[in-house]
Amino acid sequence: MPRTDADVIDTLVGIVPGSPLDAIRARRPEARSQAQATYRALFEPDEPRDMTGAERFAVGAFIAGLHGDRETAAFYAEHLAAAGATVTVCKAVDAAIAEAAARGPYGHYPGGPLTRENADGPTYRPSASTRGALGPRLAAAFEHVHLLVFHPRDAQPAALQALLDAGWSTTAVVTLSQITAFLSFQVRVLAGLRTLAGRT
Amino acid sequence: MPDTILVPPDHTAPAVFTRAQLEWLPWLEPLAVDAMTERHVASLVDAARIKSPYFRLLARDPDALEARTRTDKDIFYNADGGLPRAERELAAAATSRFNGCIYCASVHARHAAVYSKREADVQRLLDDGVTAELGERWNAIVAASVALSATPITFGPEHVDRLRRAGLDDLAIADVIHAAAFFNWANRLMLSLGEPAAAEG
Repeated sequence: MPRTDADVIDTLVGIVPGSPLDAIRARRPEARSQAQATYRALFEPDEPRDMTGAERFAVGAFIAGLHGDRETAAFYAEHLAAAGATVTVCKAVDAAIAEAAARGPYGHYPGGPLTRENADGPTYRPSASTRGALGPRLAAAFEHVHLLVFHPRDAQPAALQALLDAGWSTTAVVTLSQITAFLSFQVRVLAGLRTLAGRT
Repeated sequence: MPDTILVPPDHTAPAVFTRAQLEWLPWLEPLAVDAMTERHVASLVDAARIKSPYFRLLARDPDALEARTRTDKDIFYNADGGLPRAERELAAAATSRFNGCIYCASVHARHAAVYSKREADVQRLLDDGVTAELGERWNAIVAASVALSATPITFGPEHVDRLRRAGLDDLAIADVIHAAAFFNWANRLMLSLGEPAAAEG
């Protein structure tokens, strides 16, 4: 798999050396380099261990797509194809994005006064054709990713059990959770910096 | 044997947002201290974090944990200009309040109150939520954090302009963006890998 040496956030925002945003990012040098190091650890690890490169990029494309960030979704989809995913899987990711669209955050609180803030919303279950194309392991991951992206306060241990039942190890669940959480960060840094760049 | 989830011991779940110290109980098995390699221990960055089940669980993917932690520290602790620490913590607390992470909100509301000395305002954010009246500068920071935390994201030029009118320069605005974005990372891990519990006694 080709290594992504260019800083992903700089690339996707379009930050060039000497620009105002380049100077701003330079004031937080560890945040910049370690966000890139996180990208590497999660998407281009030295040892993929129990989550394949294609699984990582499929989840990445799905998450960026759920946020409506087409450019970032295309970035992960290109890497998904480069990681050897079949056309069937690539198309299934796009289908899943369309099926799973929602507006978050929603969800439920433990019993007590906060229940007045409870907000219902969809729980994602891939269609039969999408599930068939993704396979049971990735389909289970997409269900979990949707929970974390749109209604993380609904998370319960049963959701983790569903991943274990679908063949995910405890360590792979940690990696899947980090990918989902990190992408939730990355798309927001991208959105924020793109907006700031437009006002500079 | 396949991996299994953990069933937390009997505990009291916090029913409101609070600045009180909470515990966090994992739903998946953290690494045992005596099973950790040098790489696992190094990924904690702060040696004291070996006591935390949260960090020992995340240490199962040490490269991701170490990079996450170093990103976190620069966003919140780098004192080279930009947004005061109190307001970086405010963005973290507001994001956690909006996403519904009672544990994260407790930690960062505590920090926001300590660094700003505005305990009543911070408590109002916890009690009333992200539409609480906190004065224009804090209202602008909370509104920007919330817009950035919505999915799809609703953060736009009007949020940048409002932060500028409230006196933030572009580095400070970038700090708001990073603090709120980072807590969209942290909230999702805390909410989905375990649960908060009221501290014993």
